[in-house]
Amino acid sequence: MAAAVTAVWVAVVVIGLGTIALKGFGPVVLGGRSLPPAVARPLALLAPALLAALVVTQTLASGRHLVLDARLAGVGAAAVAIALRAPLVAVVLIAAVATAVVRLF
Amino acid sequence: MAPVGARAGARAIAPLVPAVAAFSASFGVLARTAGLSGVASVVMSATTFAGSAQVAAVSILGAGGGVAAAVAAALLLNARYAAIGVSVGAHFRGGIVRRLVESQLIVDESWAVTVDRDGRIDRRALLGAGGTLWLAWVAGTAAGAFVSFGDPERLGLDGAFPALFLALLVPQLRSRLARLAAVCGGAIALALIPLVPAGVPVLAAAAACLIGWRRR
Repeated sequence: MAAAVTAVWVAVVVIGLGTIALKGFGPVVLGGRSLPPAVARPLALLAPALLAALVVTQTLASGRHLVLDARLAGVGAAAVAIALRAPLVAVVLIAAVATAVVRLF
Repeated sequence: MAPVGARAGARAIAPLVPAVAAFSASFGVLARTAGLSGVASVVMSATTFAGSAQVAAVSILGAGGGVAAAVAAALLLNARYAAIGVSVGAHFRGGIVRRLVESQLIVDESWAVTVDRDGRIDRRALLGAGGTLWLAWVAGTAAGAFVSFGDPERLGLDGAFPALFLALLVPQLRSRLARLAAVCGGAIALALIPLVPAGVPVLAAAAACLIGWRRR
């Protein structure tokens, strides 16, 4: 079913403005000023925490369901490639090929 | 080593450009089947510039889920950018308009390839990486919205993105505290996937960084 044209544009504009505000908040409010160490220290751990969460959700989530599918094979193959110190482009390519091949069966 | 300078940022993101272009092309195809005009999907990619949120919003619209549900899902998925924006906000320079415009180039991938082990970024590297991704994202969307392609899942692209994040996570794990944050973040996300709407698990995982509150 196709969505109505005006509804689509309302969604496009509201999501666009909302995302611009979310991304801009930190740089607009904090630009040029540094955070106190008590805040900066935990924020330094944001990268490992969020990256791990992205790996988990993009491998195992399908909407609100946990699923084991071909993506797991792709990430497994990528883990081997990372352990062998393959360059980033090779890791991404190996993961895509492994996912696609496992999905064929 | 985290990249320094716009060119280094663009180089760091280059391996990802084909996958991102293919992902955005598949967004364009999905948007078309959901009833978005080509112009609407390109406008969305240029302004929202956040893959998972766009895909979620468009699938909800296409399934007749309504504007409010689409907006809520997309903004929940993008709420993590407020946390990332705060963590790198101090590196931005210039007037408010310039900071607002430059901040739009913050996406998972541009941030992940430029952030160093102390959570700092080089602003120019982030802009080089983000700008390159933005061009690929908008061009790919246009291609997908106006031209026909195959199914991205058959190409295994849905397995390429978690692999990328894993590859970017590994160099972050040098300190014991960082490893602990990764384990907690991953565990929070895993536990929440069946319980809350998509987007919330990753957002909630940001709470794992609170383990750094008092400890060095």
